[in-house]
Amino acid sequence: MAAHPPMTDWATDFDHTTTEWAQNAPEIWETFRDGCPVAHTDRFGGCWFPARHGDVSAIAHDTEHFSSKSVVVNDLGFFGEAPVGFAPPITSDPPFHGIARRLLLAPFSPKAIAALEPATRRTCRTLIAEMLERAARSGGAADAAVDYAQHIPVQVIAHLLGLPEGDGDKFRQFIHRILEAPGQVTPVSPDDTLVAYLQQFIAERRADPGDDLISHLTRAEVAGVPLGDDHVEGTVALLLIAGIDTTWSAIGASLWHLAQHPGHLARLRDEPGLMPFAVEEFLRFYAPVTMARVVAEDITIGGAEMKVDDWVLLPFPSANRDPEAFEQADEFVIDRRRNRHAAFGLGIHRCLGSNLARMELRVALEEWVAAVAAFELADEGPDSVRWSTGQVRGPRELPIRVLETLPMEETK
Amino acid sequence: MKINYDRSACQGHNRCYLLAPELFDVDDEGYAILRIDGEVPAELEEKARLTADNCPEYAITVEG
Repeated sequence: MAAHPPMTDWATDFDHTTTEWAQNAPEIWETFRDGCPVAHTDRFGGCWFPARHGDVSAIAHDTEHFSSKSVVVNDLGFFGEAPVGFAPPITSDPPFHGIARRLLLAPFSPKAIAALEPATRRTCRTLIAEMLERAARSGGAADAAVDYAQHIPVQVIAHLLGLPEGDGDKFRQFIHRILEAPGQVTPVSPDDTLVAYLQQFIAERRADPGDDLISHLTRAEVAGVPLGDDHVEGTVALLLIAGIDTTWSAIGASLWHLAQHPGHLARLRDEPGLMPFAVEEFLRFYAPVTMARVVAEDITIGGAEMKVDDWVLLPFPSANRDPEAFEQADEFVIDRRRNRHAAFGLGIHRCLGSNLARMELRVALEEWVAAVAAFELADEGPDSVRWSTGQVRGPRELPIRVLETLPMEETK
Repeated sequence: MKINYDRSACQGHNRCYLLAPELFDVDDEGYAILRIDGEVPAELEEKARLTADNCPEYAITVEG
């Protein structure tokens, strides 16, 4: 695919897959909320960007006019057909959506997820210990995204799905192709795709099931009929894609914040009761995920006349900073008491993995706060951090200097 | 204080269960279950208000 031509104007020609957008996104959303408030681009075959919370919420709750058949805006068009889509249930519409989602609700319920916390904590402790050991030999230099944040969800998801933890680089490469530059990379060999990779494991689990989620799906039935290979592959692909960049982004952005706000780091260390509120505020202020819909029936939203088959981005991160919906919306309030943030979406497609992501973020921060007493950005410049492009936004590199550490307890 | 929970609006965000497990449990699929029959004990009023103020789907309301 050809590289995209340069943007002429944010409100009428935006391109969320560019570095320029990624580095300036919160400011761009603000100009949209105050102005348009629904931006448009002819790129990708035509796409809308409703910036305000009210419009985002209305679209997320309206499954009549908006289909989920394709949720990553790209140059190649729609990947699947309604109502099932490529990766059920995220790409499914009612009534099939509810059937596909129910198969997964129990393993992602808060009580089921709580069982994964001890292993997640061990992962975080090991990663921090290794990072601090290296930092101690290099004048405190470390990368909080590369050395820490990116590995946490990879290891948790690999464990959940029963995939080799050592395949993290592979997962990240598949995900990069799909999310960061959708449709813009050179075609790859059919053997080197996410689906081909997953097919071998699904076949293995069908033959020899374990207690992992892939085995759970190979055993699952709808109306007495086992799920087809397409359904299982799509759902496993979804769990892998949706569970990694997103959580990595949330953890990385939270650490980027703490690097610049040592007072917040100290408060999290000294006030354990603050953490649940802080986690939700990190999720509000640094929400990584923008979803998308396809218009199924013509409708006018925020003055924008949306037509069948137009793309519509659902920018939950922009909704989360809308002053119409939040007090002091543009400020990070670490102990915010009223926080109906939409980081995990709204309506029937509420992020299935929200309990897992929230647990990972909390544990990652708890362990960081317990081990790192002081740290700062290695470079203070505005472009010291590279934010990912596309619909998942987080720092992909986060160079820091560790200034002071705390003695770590023995990992149990 | 009275608390109301609208199951049809709940999408299983689980914010209420995290903030006030004394007031909300969750079922096997992660949807909330209100544990009391509407009247909030005085010592839980602040927590009840928190659950209402943090539900992304406006599924919880308190009166009084």
